[in-house]
Amino acid sequence: MAASSDIREKLRKKRRALQDTLVKNKNEDDIQALVPSAKFNVDKQPTAMKEAEGSDEDPGETLRRTLRAQREKRKTKLLEQSFVQDEDVGEDSPTEYNSPNEGPSSRVDDSVVFTRPPTGSQRGVSVKSEQPSSSLHLDTFVTRHLQEKLRAARSKAESLQQQETSEDSSEPVSRLQRLKDRDTITRFDRKAHPVSSGRHDDPLTLRTRVKFREPARRVEKDFPTAEEAYNFFTFNYEPDQPSKPESKSRKRQKQRDGVEEDERDENGQEEAEEEEEDEAEEDNQDQNEFQSEEAPLVRNEDDLFVIDHSPQDFVEVRKAEYVGFKTRVQRERELLFTPSFLTVPTSVKLPENTKPRFLEDEGLYVGQRPAVSLTNENISENRVLKMAEGSKWFGDDGKILALPDPIKESSTRPPLFHMDEELDPALQTVYRKAIKSQYANLYIAGATDPEGDYQLDVDVSGLIFSHHPLFSREHVLASRLAQLYDQYLSRQQNNLTGHLTEKLNGLRKALRNMIRIHGEQGSSEALQHRISEYSLEVRNTRQLRDLEQEKDRTLLRSIIKVWKEIKSLRDFQKYTNTPFKLFLRRENVDRALDEWEYEGEILKEVLELEAESEEQYQKKLAEFNKQLEVWKLWRKKQKAKRKKKKKKKKGQTQDDTEEDEEEQEAGEEEEQDEIESEDPFEEDPVKPEVPERPEVDSLERWVREKASRIRRKPGEPILIPELSTSGGITASDLCPRAEVARREDVSRRSLFIKILYNYKEVSRTDSRSLSTDFRVHFGQIFNLKVLNCPQSINLQVFEEIGSSYSLLAQVFVPVPDPSVVTGRAPIEEIEFSSNQHVMFDHEGVGSDVPLSFESDGSNKLTLLTSGKLSCCVSWGVGEEGVPLAPPLSQHPAGAYRGPGHLDAVSYIGASGLYDMKKIGEWAIQSRLDPNDPKNTSIMHLLKVATSGEVAAPDYFRLEHLQEEFNFVSDEEMERSKRFRLLRLRNQEVPEFRNYKFVPLLEREISDKVFQDYEKRLREGETIDTRQHLDPHRAAVAKYLQQIRESVINRFIHTKHHYQLSDLVIEEEIPSIGLLGINLFKLAESKRPLKPQRKERKKVTAQNLSDGDIRLLVNVIRAHNIPIRKPQSSKPGQSSQSAIQGSDWYLSQVQVRPFVEVSFQRTVLQTTTAEGPNPSWNEELQLPFNAPNGDYSTGSLQSVKDEVFINIFDEVLYETGPSDKSRATSIHTQIEKHWLGSVKIPFSTIYSQSKIDGAFKVNTPAVLLGYSREHGSTSVYDQWQSTQGGTFIRLFITVEPQLVPGESVREKIKEAEFNSQEDERLLQASEKFEKHAAGGYPDRPCITTVIDLSGKTVFITRYIRPLNPPQEFLDAFPNNPQEATSLVARYVSLIPSLPDQVSFSATCDLLSTCDQFLTLLAGDEQEHAVLLCNYFLFLGKKAWLIIGTAIPEGPTAYVLTHEQSGYFIWNPSSGQFYEKGDTFCPLQTVGCLVNADNVWFNIQKNPSPLHTNFDVTKAKMWKPFFSRSFSHPGLSSVQPEELVYRQTDKAAAAELQDRVEKILKEKIMEWRPRHPTRWNRYCNTTLKQFLPKLELSRGQDVAEGHRVELQNLLGDYRISGFPLHLPFSEVGPIIEAVHSTGVHNIHSSNVEFALAVYIHPYPNNVLSVWVYLASLVRT
Amino acid sequence: METTSNSSVFLLTVNGQIEGANFPDYDNLYCKYCYVYGHDWAPTTGLEEGITQITSKSSQSHKLIWNFPLETTFKSTSPSGWPQLVVSVYGPDIFGNDVVRGYGATHIPFTPGQHIRTIPMFVPEPTWRLQKFTGWLLGRRPEYTDPKVVAHGEGREVTRVRSQGFVTVSFHIMTKDMKRMGYDTGPTNSSTVQSATSSQSRDVQ
Repeated sequence: MAASSDIREKLRKKRRALQDTLVKNKNEDDIQALVPSAKFNVDKQPTAMKEAEGSDEDPGETLRRTLRAQREKRKTKLLEQSFVQDEDVGEDSPTEYNSPNEGPSSRVDDSVVFTRPPTGSQRGVSVKSEQPSSSLHLDTFVTRHLQEKLRAARSKAESLQQQETSEDSSEPVSRLQRLKDRDTITRFDRKAHPVSSGRHDDPLTLRTRVKFREPARRVEKDFPTAEEAYNFFTFNYEPDQPSKPESKSRKRQKQRDGVEEDERDENGQEEAEEEEEDEAEEDNQDQNEFQSEEAPLVRNEDDLFVIDHSPQDFVEVRKAEYVGFKTRVQRERELLFTPSFLTVPTSVKLPENTKPRFLEDEGLYVGQRPAVSLTNENISENRVLKMAEGSKWFGDDGKILALPDPIKESSTRPPLFHMDEELDPALQTVYRKAIKSQYANLYIAGATDPEGDYQLDVDVSGLIFSHHPLFSREHVLASRLAQLYDQYLSRQQNNLTGHLTEKLNGLRKALRNMIRIHGEQGSSEALQHRISEYSLEVRNTRQLRDLEQEKDRTLLRSIIKVWKEIKSLRDFQKYTNTPFKLFLRRENVDRALDEWEYEGEILKEVLELEAESEEQYQKKLAEFNKQLEVWKLWRKKQKAKRKKKKKKKKGQTQDDTEEDEEEQEAGEEEEQDEIESEDPFEEDPVKPEVPERPEVDSLERWVREKASRIRRKPGEPILIPELSTSGGITASDLCPRAEVARREDVSRRSLFIKILYNYKEVSRTDSRSLSTDFRVHFGQIFNLKVLNCPQSINLQVFEEIGSSYSLLAQVFVPVPDPSVVTGRAPIEEIEFSSNQHVMFDHEGVGSDVPLSFESDGSNKLTLLTSGKLSCCVSWGVGEEGVPLAPPLSQHPAGAYRGPGHLDAVSYIGASGLYDMKKIGEWAIQSRLDPNDPKNTSIMHLLKVATSGEVAAPDYFRLEHLQEEFNFVSDEEMERSKRFRLLRLRNQEVPEFRNYKFVPLLEREISDKVFQDYEKRLREGETIDTRQHLDPHRAAVAKYLQQIRESVINRFIHTKHHYQLSDLVIEEEIPSIGLLGINLFKLAESKRPLKPQRKERKKVTAQNLSDGDIRLLVNVIRAHNIPIRKPQSSKPGQSSQSAIQGSDWYLSQVQVRPFVEVSFQRTVLQTTTAEGPNPSWNEELQLPFNAPNGDYSTGSLQSVKDEVFINIFDEVLYETGPSDKSRATSIHTQIEKHWLGSVKIPFSTIYSQSKIDGAFKVNTPAVLLGYSREHGSTSVYDQWQSTQGGTFIRLFITVEPQLVPGESVREKIKEAEFNSQEDERLLQASEKFEKHAAGGYPDRPCITTVIDLSGKTVFITRYIRPLNPPQEFLDAFPNNPQEATSLVARYVSLIPSLPDQVSFSATCDLLSTCDQFLTLLAGDEQEHAVLLCNYFLFLGKKAWLIIGTAIPEGPTAYVLTHEQSGYFIWNPSSGQFYEKGDTFCPLQTVGCLVNADNVWFNIQKNPSPLHTNFDVTKAKMWKPFFSRSFSHPGLSSVQPEELVYRQTDKAAAAELQDRVEKILKEKIMEWRPRHPTRWNRYCNTTLKQFLPKLELSRGQDVAEGHRVELQNLLGDYRISGFPLHLPFSEVGPIIEAVHSTGVHNIHSSNVEFALAVYIHPYPNNVLSVWVYLASLVRT
Repeated sequence: METTSNSSVFLLTVNGQIEGANFPDYDNLYCKYCYVYGHDWAPTTGLEEGITQITSKSSQSHKLIWNFPLETTFKSTSPSGWPQLVVSVYGPDIFGNDVVRGYGATHIPFTPGQHIRTIPMFVPEPTWRLQKFTGWLLGRRPEYTDPKVVAHGEGREVTRVRSQGFVTVSFHIMTKDMKRMGYDTGPTNSSTVQSATSSQSRDVQ
């Protein structure tokens, strides 16, 4: 086998050489490769549009043709082969064909094949195993045969494979092993076969081809010959397993060369032939190939042997085969390849004896290679090298070919640095509105249900081109001829000329008759008129006839002309392309008759014309005369003028006679013409000219000329053209080449039509080839199942050349009416054209190319591709003849569902609400296309409108579709209680906001439901004086109620504005500072000595329901509670008791107080403690129910309920010893005596979320039976008692913590931020507030407030000295101090209403003082402003303090400066505190306000105790108006002077009685089981006390008082107290009385006393005193 | 408010089950459900709220199966505020914190019969990136203040959500007296309805 190795070596060398050449001559190669490929393409599909190669060169042409023929032959063979092979050839053949070294290249090709056999042979094996065992004999034979051959081959191979064993079955060990493995597999397969061999026989043989059966049968008879066996192998398997015989046949090929070749080899062989390869070399190569394949074939042999042994194998038991590690490694090595990561030496990568070239060193540009790690590069190099042809992957420099790194260092996109600045306009994003898809949702209504399937039948019958680029000149003419002929035929059919001639004759006859009658009977007006009408008609008809005749004549003439042109063209080009033939049939006529008719006609016409011209002349003459008259008149005037002038000129010649003048006139008349020329300057009517008389001769001449032009000459035969297509077309052989090319081109073309429905292709016709007469017949009908509304039906004509096709034209077919049904619809011809530009180098004239039939090239015309498409679109007919068209009513509705057609007109159309006339006008003006499917409804509408009368209503409806949605009429809606209920609930009317279970049936709704609501509505109008007791107050209350309602409504609105925090719980990001604190906290002790309150989780109110919220009241301790006084029936005993004091003190309990908290009528109490300074430290939980179960923020904010914290003294009385059980039991009775109360509105708790502090207990001025004097004499206690207050320490909060509705307030504030203030001021104030909030978040700072009209006002405008009621000033003229306290008291008597309740939306709503006094309700700010203004009037230095206090939270106090220092006034209680007072409720001082400025407190400690109130110190107070921003001189919003009305004393007295009555009733009501006795005497006594109390302004007058009482009511044990309240309504008074719990004394002998006193102050400010007492007879 | 004992109502019985969910990325989830209904509705029997067991995916199936039964009967006087089933799915994140995996809601089907609903689930998105990160780290992702929010349309515009997965619920719906009260809930088999009403009338007699 030395030869084969030699050959291999040679091959390799050659391959390298070839590569070298390939690389070096790249450019050359490229060119070479290009040209032939082009050629190849050309002969594959010779398109018409090829390069301008000399097609007329005959020798070149023939040569090429021969070549082409050869190739064609070859191609047909090639085409038979499988696709893959074909492709291979396709790729390879051009290169083979052109490369100078053909042989090597083909060998390269072969080398690819070379690598294949192993797989092929393997497949062979598997197939083998499938063979039926009945052919065992055959197998053995084959085996033997093969063995022989194998042996021969192996002897050759031995030299080649020296390293392998020299055994007979010389095989690599590994391979042997593998084969053994395979053995087992095959055996396993076979197991099944022999068992049912007989049965398996047939199906298996069936699998192979029929041919197989014959040899197989023969095999059964006797052994086949070698020849047969060979045939068996070569033939039978071919079609089924193409690759398997390949190997076999190749083996044979050595012996029988090229006789029966495998297809693949045939291919190879053919190539060889074609390339005229060296036979020997080829042979060798083949040999080489086969030998290499022999080795795998041996496996077959093994297989075959195994088959012999198989019976034994079935029972043989063998050990599990162990495969040694080494062998396994070896085996794996056979299969697997691990590319080494060592660097490959350059020499291996490059062709031998070449040194690596480094292009970069040679100065050529080499891009940077992409970065690949060295290891990876080595691995891939090794891998590539392993491949066949691996070396071609390497470049000259010995590296893998690589393109330059495509990744750029820097971004190619320019960076955008200036984020803040304006972007370059070119880079700015442009917003474009989204466009809705136009054809979405165009479904026909009801199309989804099975009945509504609609079918549109599109019948595409055919296509005729009136011009096509492939038309030859003759075709152009022929089509023109055909067109003209068609025209002629249609004219002939209509025969307009004939009709008109007859009509003319008839008219003439009628006219003649009329004239005759006219002549006989004399003229009547009517007849005259008719005659003129007739003659006019005659004239018109004649003109029309002439026109038609002329047209006929020219048509005929042009037909003949075109035909002549065709004939000359045919003669010229010496062939015929079109089958058209024109025959002109002659019809001879009787010359004489014809001439006579002709002349007669002319005569008639001349006569008529004469008459006409005569008439015209007459008319003109008449006109002339008329004009002349006018002119004459003018002349006369002119003359008269001139005469006057003349008269003036010749003043003396007055004696001239008139005759003279007349004469003159006559003379002048004669010389008219001259005069006219005399004054050309004057504008005057031109003198009319006399019309000319028409010439009869010229008329006749004109008529004759015309007749000869438009009419057949007399005697000339009538020519009737007949176009036939009987003419033959010259066969292609006889045509010149260009024409042949054209015809070929035509035959290559085919056409098809796409059908587009609503711009979507739904189907297409078959493609039909273009016939020579340029007609295409399709004759296809497409049934379209329609779901969408038809928008457009579009047929696209496509022309197909080879595999490519192009759009020729589009034809839009109108959507048929629903009445157009298949079978009845005629086929329509629709013209189309396209403007594509096509030019040919053959006879085809092209399209859009100027074309001339003249020899000189003049008279060019440009023809565009055009034609007629005959088609028919109609609605299908279903079974039973039902048309499958959508109903007409649906059709337009569906069409308008598209967003593109959303026009109001069509929508309103349903109710016909528009002006028909206008639409009609508009339709005409805009020239609506009636065929456009979009307009069908309008057209239809117009048709209807014009046909019948449609009454257009003269109203316009805004929501014209509303009616359709009304499910009941409006009246019914109003009437129905249920609907009313539902509507009211939906409107969130308070009574029904959370109404549950609106009953289903009308009758189940009781009228009671609406009672409350209706009552409220009625109340709105009428004022209920009963409840309010005072008309003025009632009016105010009503006003407040209205404001409250509007505010609540606004809340309900804003409730629907959500913020993220309302919906989503999201953890706040811990800031770095917080993290630090948290870290610090880790070091904290776990149980600190002073635990701090932790922030609780906030809950938004809206998710809560009843019972979720509890009010927590932590009662800690109290100070300075009044203690009981020793009871003594006589005043005289007091001294005695004083003596016994110490003793008594020790024995008696001073006081046993407990606290009772009541909220929303829930009452809880603490345990009882002892002593005046008790400590309870108890937590009370009270449930909270929101009004109407509405837990929204707005609703909670408007909760008016208050928390009452009452301190009681628990008193135990022995009810007296019972005689029986004196020794064993004592009966005691518990009484509780009210000591004082604290009242905290819920809104305060809600807005502050927690209240913590010591509250001053509101104790009555007089507390019968108690004193504040403590027995102890400690200094502190003494001091404290002089301060005169009882304090209770409380902690109140709501559980869970509710988020106060601040956000809502903010929103409203933002929404209503309109102001009359200067913009600069507002900005400054905003800045000031922001700064203050930033620096000292806990100090309130207010610079602007909102007035009642919602405008922002600067706060200093509110401060202005205002006069208090004059009576206060007059009361103590000498004591200003008294006046001050009176004023303060007056202010405090104005009822206080927390903002959250009244104007909850706008916290800082501030009314002016006069408004405040009118409303008689306001919050602390309004009180403070009023008080401050009064103080200023009194000449004090006063400021408003904006700060926080207990329990109000953010509030306003008043600061005054007097000689003794600063005083802080609580405006709502009227009390004042010194600056240093520790019990001052004011906790922080935020800012001070007076009329000039606002100062913000920037001191360290904001408590008034530590605050320095000297506002001039810049370090302590930050002024709003400073030097940089001076006070702009803001005017005050307050009135200049307050006017007070004196309150009606009688009304006050009346009110007093009523209140007393109500209270008495209430107390009796509260004691339902006990009789309530009133001690009248006591009542009157108490009543006397009250005015005194009022006078002393609640100062302590207790002692004398009590003594007095005691004297009066000797034996009674009295406990009681006066309550003092400002008056707003009765309700709070009742509430206050109830909270004291006086009525709860149940001892049998109790009596009550109650007295009410109302003191009127100016402006309806009332001070209410209620004295309550209980008396127990001892 | 008003006692409805003697007033006429119609009944809606919801049987069915929360079959399972498809959350490709999460495992060990459980589901809570509750109903949201209008003013005119009240549950008469059955659980109004519930919580399923924790379920994990098997290696073969990627579905989470709960098969949690629903059995509730509602009475109502008006179809307005038709009950909605609100489901929310929770499960542990990588650090074992229990976080929400999705909210979803669907109306109870109107028509009697069997229905299967696949509810797409979503979760609110953190307002900004850092929050997202810390939320992920600390296992405190944004949640709705109340899962019932997803049954309402109001105020949702302030939230941003991300889609998560699907929960499949099957319903068997029965209604009583709907037709009698004048509410026709669409194409039910007329014969069955008739028989139902006739039996009803017989009962009444």
